[in-house]
Amino acid sequence: MTKMERAGRYPVEFNLNGEPVDGFASPRMLLSDFLRHEIGATGTHVGCEHGVCGVCTVKVDGKAVRSCLMFAVQAEGAEIETIEGMAEADGSFSALQEAFHQNFALQCGYCTPGVLMSLSEFLGRNPDPTEDEVKVALSGNICRCTGYHEIVQAAMDAAKAIREGAA
Amino acid sequence: MPQFAVPEHAEEGKFVGRRITRVENITLLKGKGQFVDDLPTKKGTAEVAILRSPHAHAEVVSIDYSDALALPGVFAVITGEDMLAETDPMIVGFENPIDYRGVALDKVRYVGEPVAVIAARDRYTAEDAMDLVKVEYKVLKPVIDPVEAAKPEAPLIHTKGDSNCVSRRTFTHGEPDDAFAAAKRTNEITIRYPRNSITPMETYAVIAEHMEETGGFDVTSNFQGPFSVHTVMAMALRIRTSALRHHSPTNSGGSFGSKLTIFPYVVVMCVLARKAGRPVKWIEDRLEHLSSANSAPNRVTRIEAAYDDDGIVSALRMEHWDDHGAYLRAPMPAPIYRMHGVSTNGYDIRHLEVVNNIMITNKCPTGAVRGFGGPQLYFAVERMMQVIATELGIDPLEMLRRNLIKAEQFPYKAIAGALIDSGDYHRTVDETVDQGGLEELKKRRDAARAEGKLYGIGYAACVEPSQSNMGYISTLKTGLERERAGPKDGAVATVTVSVDALGSVNVIGDSVPQGQGHQTTLSQIVADELGLRPHDVVVTLDTDTAKDGWSIAAGNYSCRFAPASCSAAHEAAVKVRTKMARIAATTLNVGVDEIEFTKGKIHAKSNPDNAVPFYRVGGLAHWSPSSLPDEMDPGLRETSHWNAPELTPTTANDEINTSLAYGFGFDFCGVEIDPKTGQVRVDKYVSAHDCGTILNPGLAEGQIRGSYVAAIGATLMEEFKYNEEDGSFLSGTFAEYLVPTAPEVPELTLIHPTPNPSPYTRLGAKGIAEGNQYTTPVCMANAVADALGRKDVSTPLTPSKVFEWLHDTEMQPKGATPPAPAKGKGQAIEGVGETLVPASPQEVWNILLDPEKMANVIPGCHELTEVGSNAYEAVVTLGVGPVKGKFDAKINLTDLDEPKSVTLSGTAQGTLGSSSGSGSVTLEAADGGTRVSYTYEVHLSGKVAAVGGRMVRGAARHLIDRFFKALVRQAGGEDDGGGGKRGLFRRGGS
Repeated sequence: MTKMERAGRYPVEFNLNGEPVDGFASPRMLLSDFLRHEIGATGTHVGCEHGVCGVCTVKVDGKAVRSCLMFAVQAEGAEIETIEGMAEADGSFSALQEAFHQNFALQCGYCTPGVLMSLSEFLGRNPDPTEDEVKVALSGNICRCTGYHEIVQAAMDAAKAIREGAA
Repeated sequence: MPQFAVPEHAEEGKFVGRRITRVENITLLKGKGQFVDDLPTKKGTAEVAILRSPHAHAEVVSIDYSDALALPGVFAVITGEDMLAETDPMIVGFENPIDYRGVALDKVRYVGEPVAVIAARDRYTAEDAMDLVKVEYKVLKPVIDPVEAAKPEAPLIHTKGDSNCVSRRTFTHGEPDDAFAAAKRTNEITIRYPRNSITPMETYAVIAEHMEETGGFDVTSNFQGPFSVHTVMAMALRIRTSALRHHSPTNSGGSFGSKLTIFPYVVVMCVLARKAGRPVKWIEDRLEHLSSANSAPNRVTRIEAAYDDDGIVSALRMEHWDDHGAYLRAPMPAPIYRMHGVSTNGYDIRHLEVVNNIMITNKCPTGAVRGFGGPQLYFAVERMMQVIATELGIDPLEMLRRNLIKAEQFPYKAIAGALIDSGDYHRTVDETVDQGGLEELKKRRDAARAEGKLYGIGYAACVEPSQSNMGYISTLKTGLERERAGPKDGAVATVTVSVDALGSVNVIGDSVPQGQGHQTTLSQIVADELGLRPHDVVVTLDTDTAKDGWSIAAGNYSCRFAPASCSAAHEAAVKVRTKMARIAATTLNVGVDEIEFTKGKIHAKSNPDNAVPFYRVGGLAHWSPSSLPDEMDPGLRETSHWNAPELTPTTANDEINTSLAYGFGFDFCGVEIDPKTGQVRVDKYVSAHDCGTILNPGLAEGQIRGSYVAAIGATLMEEFKYNEEDGSFLSGTFAEYLVPTAPEVPELTLIHPTPNPSPYTRLGAKGIAEGNQYTTPVCMANAVADALGRKDVSTPLTPSKVFEWLHDTEMQPKGATPPAPAKGKGQAIEGVGETLVPASPQEVWNILLDPEKMANVIPGCHELTEVGSNAYEAVVTLGVGPVKGKFDAKINLTDLDEPKSVTLSGTAQGTLGSSSGSGSVTLEAADGGTRVSYTYEVHLSGKVAAVGGRMVRGAARHLIDRFFKALVRQAGGEDDGGGGKRGLFRRGGS
């Protein structure tokens, strides 16, 4: 493995929502900053940069990850999914987005991309969850507007819609 | 899902009152929101980092930023010197000794105060430069407690004044002295309401550029208003207000009041942009936000009540020490005055005395937080009511009912001046008790208590003010001062509705939303008036002070939207409708009062077929001014500057109608306390809010649930903690400042009582977003007091605190000596330990006194130089948790008793903060080597204390461990790779 120089800038390439993207990053550049400011994918937000609030959650190779706790150079060659890739191909809402829309499950919308990425990973693992399981799955995402109630309802509705859609 | 009662005027076909899904979601759910940091900036825009004070109170002796400026990619650095030369103080509503310019001048007065501000090509470089700024401080004694701060011996924070109490006013309404003298009974309690905020997920964000053409600045930020503060910024920048062009983007990531106090940073960024010669962008980080952005004032209140044997309260006396931290930022100290008119809450109490002490301490300056002065006030009043009920043996709910304002008394003029518009408090309480299942809860309580469990029920009521009177802050001035300054009153809201040449409708307004769904609500209101559907109406609420209609009250705060902006939107829509009706009447050849707007058509009421499409009338106003009725202006663009006449100025005897519309909230809850852990488990929580007309039940319910969970945080978890001794800030991450996450939120039973619309707002709507900030903390505190039979309770009701209440007497084992209280109120890191070193005491002693050898022993030490007799200076790199940094250390050795014992003391200072500490080391021969025994005590301040709270103890142990392992190695012991011999060591405890 090559040792990177602090002042150097290194090419980074990965697939973002199925499309190849590339840019340059210094070794210490966070994945969240790279996505937002190098690639221009500003849908992923930043809330604490301490790895606590979950606002910057993206999926890396299928796993929900805090993009503020990962360096851009570590994402080389990865499959990354963000909020920008969540809607259907025709631009309509996915089941999860639609459930959020119908349930008033967002207010300011700042934490929402991270919440949606966490839930999309969770529902992939657990398509028929209980409300308590949804709450635990959300425990790494802070929302200060909604009080979570509507988010949990939306997740339950989405799980049902996805199950019925798959059946 | 429970549905709100549909207000009467939500007729068939109307959209107001319906659960219309939010138009805002279309972009937000796809990650296409427009938050400040999402917006493109001009090429060459610099990014900003702010060096902040690690000390609560210190003189700034010198600042040297030459190395920072020399770093490639750094464009400019500003300090207090620049602010002093280029700005005027940021003023507040009354004269005081504070000179506040956003960056520290001669002194720093709280941990986190900006000291130097750096613009560089990116944030990473700016932070690198931050490490190169050398600041020398002379540390002063801070004062943290507001009551202590009032004492003459307290350190004076602003030396131009003579007291840390910058305003003291006594208000007398009715005849409180007579009422107390005549009262059969009186009781008194003292409340300490803590510091907290509701921290938005998006932090402060400012983009500023100097505009040579106007001599002013172009700013984009997530400032929320009130826009009266725009004046404060322009005056500080010494420019015309019109040359300060402020934009707020479409989206703001929550605020809950916090983003009001972004304005000092706007001023600072403007000065920096001018110096850097390019636009600058500053995105606040989370530590900056928690330590330095904003806090609700913590408050000490002594409250006294006069009442009779039936619990009827005749008078209240309150003295408040309202703690505003190090500086006052406009419109502070507004929260305490915003609530002045409703000091008696929803009770028919006719005598009142209030003393307001506005206190300065060495903490973060305050600002707006959802609830704005209400949580502090109602905690005192509602605790008092419960204490009286307990004393008299009256059911606390019965006590409330006996004192609440009666339905027939509305509109009710409260003794301090609030004109409470409407309500039926007893009915709201009855509906809540019935629908919320109080009787069932009482049975659960009785069953729990029969099993020996600690179970309590609490109640709380609140008046929920909305739309602030711009004149209320003047109440802190005397009548004479007010007369000199001229009258201040009202609260203007501005909304413009326009119809273009193809009949499409556009709405702009001054409400600066932060997630509440204003676009959706305004589209419902305007659509109803114009016979359209909400999605026919495009609502645009990003703001531009150079182009939009706005006045000083503009912004998003104090539940202003529902009463004010919605009234303005309604009025503007009615104006458009009136004009279009006149045009249509001519076209359709009927009288204006015959005209109706339905489903995109304008038609005669009696003959719907006699109709003209909405768009065609819009077109006429633009395409054919000549065919308009006589004397009608062309075009279709109507602006409403709506104001309510009920918002009158403060009277000569200090009565003030602080707000326009007053809702009512009533909560009850059952809690059980775990005696083993002190945890408060909420068994049931029931809440009801009458906020008049509900405009959109989906949005209204979201506001209540959001407020409830924010209040759960304030009640059970959230507190900005400071070390009482040195003023260091201890809550710098979301791991220290705990906020509720989904699994921690107790279920809310939401009751929808019969609404009592406001007669003073155009749609009957009142604010709804703040209710649970008022009720929940005290409702739960009352329940805990009930469970424990305890009079003195305070929030946050953390397990450790409740555990202490439970066990402070009975849990102490007989004959045991209680542990000695730690210095620094338990916030120092202390430890003792011992280790065996394979060398004689004299050899160990020689190492300890040899700078070269010690440099190898001290963890992270780069250089160690002897600077005097037994005095050393060192450069060490140390890390705690997520942060790592370089420190300049000074070490002194005293009490030398060769080769037996020595005391080490010293300080360390670096960008991560500062520390001071001392330790004693004793050497004695044992087992062929030396037993080294040590004790230590370390105080930390600055970043390391703020973010490392959970980790510093472990880190300190680790460092001591490394120190002695290295000592063993230096003394010729075996190195096991990690250093030291395993088994020889016994870790020091802390």
